[in-house]
Amino acid sequence: MTNAPQTPGEACISAEHLVRRFGQFTAVNDVNFRVEKGEIFGFLGPNGSGKTTVIKMLTGLLPLSSGSARVEGLDVRADSEAIRERIGYMSQNYSLYYDLTVAENLQFYGRIYGLDPARLKRRIEETVELNGLAPYMNLISAKLSGGWKQRLALGCAMLHEPKLLFLDEPTAGIDPVARRELWDLLFDLSGHGITFFVTTHYMDEAERCGHVAYIYFGKIIADGTPKALKQLPQIQPQGTKRIGIVTPDATRALRIARTIPEIRSATIYGDSIHALVEEHVELRGLGVLFSKQDVAVSEIRPLTPSLEDVFVELSAQHEASLGAARA
Amino acid sequence: MKLPWGLRVRNAFRGFGAVFYKEVLHVQRDFATLFFSLIIPILQMVLLGFGIDTNIRQINTVVYNADNRRQSREFLDRLKNSDTFHIIRYVESDKALNDAIVSGDARVGIKIPVDFSDRLLHGMSAQILELIDGSDSSVAGPAIQVANSIGLDESLRRVLPEGATFAIDIRPQLLFNPDSRSPNFFLPGLTAILLLNVTTFLTAFAIVREKERGTLEQLFVTPVQPYGLLLGKLLPYFAIGFFELCLIVTSMRFVFLIPIHGSVILLALISLPYLFVSLSLGILISSKAGSQGEAMQLAFLTILPSVFFSGYIFPRETMPYIFRVLSYFVPASYFINITRGIILRGAGIQDLWTNALVLFAMGTFLLFIAARRFRNKVIMA
Repeated sequence: MTNAPQTPGEACISAEHLVRRFGQFTAVNDVNFRVEKGEIFGFLGPNGSGKTTVIKMLTGLLPLSSGSARVEGLDVRADSEAIRERIGYMSQNYSLYYDLTVAENLQFYGRIYGLDPARLKRRIEETVELNGLAPYMNLISAKLSGGWKQRLALGCAMLHEPKLLFLDEPTAGIDPVARRELWDLLFDLSGHGITFFVTTHYMDEAERCGHVAYIYFGKIIADGTPKALKQLPQIQPQGTKRIGIVTPDATRALRIARTIPEIRSATIYGDSIHALVEEHVELRGLGVLFSKQDVAVSEIRPLTPSLEDVFVELSAQHEASLGAARA
Repeated sequence: MKLPWGLRVRNAFRGFGAVFYKEVLHVQRDFATLFFSLIIPILQMVLLGFGIDTNIRQINTVVYNADNRRQSREFLDRLKNSDTFHIIRYVESDKALNDAIVSGDARVGIKIPVDFSDRLLHGMSAQILELIDGSDSSVAGPAIQVANSIGLDESLRRVLPEGATFAIDIRPQLLFNPDSRSPNFFLPGLTAILLLNVTTFLTAFAIVREKERGTLEQLFVTPVQPYGLLLGKLLPYFAIGFFELCLIVTSMRFVFLIPIHGSVILLALISLPYLFVSLSLGILISSKAGSQGEAMQLAFLTILPSVFFSGYIFPRETMPYIFRVLSYFVPASYFINITRGIILRGAGIQDLWTNALVLFAMGTFLLFIAARRFRNKVIMA
């Protein structure tokens, strides 16, 4: 695959003021972001927030309402044909032909990209080797388990050696082992210079991405490395801190926590409660408040925010600002 | 990027080979569907071919013969011999005669009055009452006509001197279908409907299935082009449709013993544009339908006009003006001209080429519209 002439430092994807309207509804509202070459870019957001719409615009499935985007140095509006040659796309439902065998699916996708027979043969061998599909080549793909279907779909999307792969919720409904294996594979490939644009709902997956963006009802409200996002000043509002309260009775503890005015917000995480409290609150004193109400607290410690905390906090602030704007 | 013309044409069909390869595999894998879609038309043909007879024979008839002498019995014998009437019962009252028709036991009631023979013998005009069930118009017509001509024939015989001939003697001769067998007339027309069934339905489903599963969207992210995709999808079903045509024509000739007066090779060749139209129609349907259920309904919408406005059942010449105009937009109209022309009348290419041309033009037009819809709308869906 020939690369487009690219100026050094040019982004793999750059979107500027991307807008997509469906009638009255604005699904994607003035979205800007950059994805550098070789990155694993995690694109997160609630269902219906515009993730898939952005992917469809970048892959040429949906025209832009306004704004501009470049993929692999090519303009999305003008060169969508050329872009299709260079990218791979794996949709949420894998888009495999379930009545065909694994080998036939690979054959088909290879041919559709116009690989010549020699290269097709070589690429299928490489893909099968990489994804471990060899034992299943002659199996009807409907009979593969979820994890293997996903590997096959990934293989099909990579046959033509794209430098950029769009994976739309690649791990939805996959068991944890298969999920981990997929991510290992993604890291491996990204080490070879392939860029990944991945949407996901899983926060642990988001933590693994080198770069994440969070889209909330059509607007990107967070964009950066996971580490940078956690240090955003608005995540830790002035005069507050995050703490973890470990307790065997988290449900009751949560109820109590919500009655304490110094605790701004609280959520259960397994056997502990994550809370945002006012900075002056003394941790030991807090423990006493709980034990007074017969809830044993084994430990209270300071916490760094997780990505989930970041997104929840930012969404809430965004909602609040929207509410303020409406009022 | 401006490419040379030749390359651009090749580019427009990109992905054709791959899609064709895959589609053939689908057809092979889903052998059951293929089998049924091939065999069901043949079954329909057997049912219609053996089941439908538009020539009215043996109408159930009930008789009240109040006279019951030689003259009246002779008259009844002539009715029976006409093959149009089948006397199921003799009754003894006007009421019983009426009841037999109301109950549906008989379609026709014949009453011969007491004085029938007397009046004839005295050279007076004798009357016969024929009661006809008007609720079935296809029976009523022949019942009146045949009874009238028997009466007229009988009257003339009595008026004319012995050995005289009729002044005008009409000798009808049915060309092409001398026995006026119904299958000869119906099956060539039915071919058009059955082929539509196979081709339109199969192609529509083949594409809508990909929409439902999301693979169509995946294909649009690849370099495949609309014409490459659509032709790759269309061609396997073209072959299946052609095979079905051969199957239908073979069973028409050897099971229903319909003589084919024209050239079989011409029939095969000139059917290709019709297959093309119905496949393109299937593709157009699939560009509209979001699910297989929806595709099914739309495909049935194409069947109805093909049955009623194509001349398959009702002659196009007797249709109200608006429907006659409509019939020119129904591809089956042209194909029925072709099949009846070749099979029944032995028509040649010089008689039929305009029909083929219209079909080809229709097919190209439909495919063009479908490809445009795929390029524009489906991508945005």
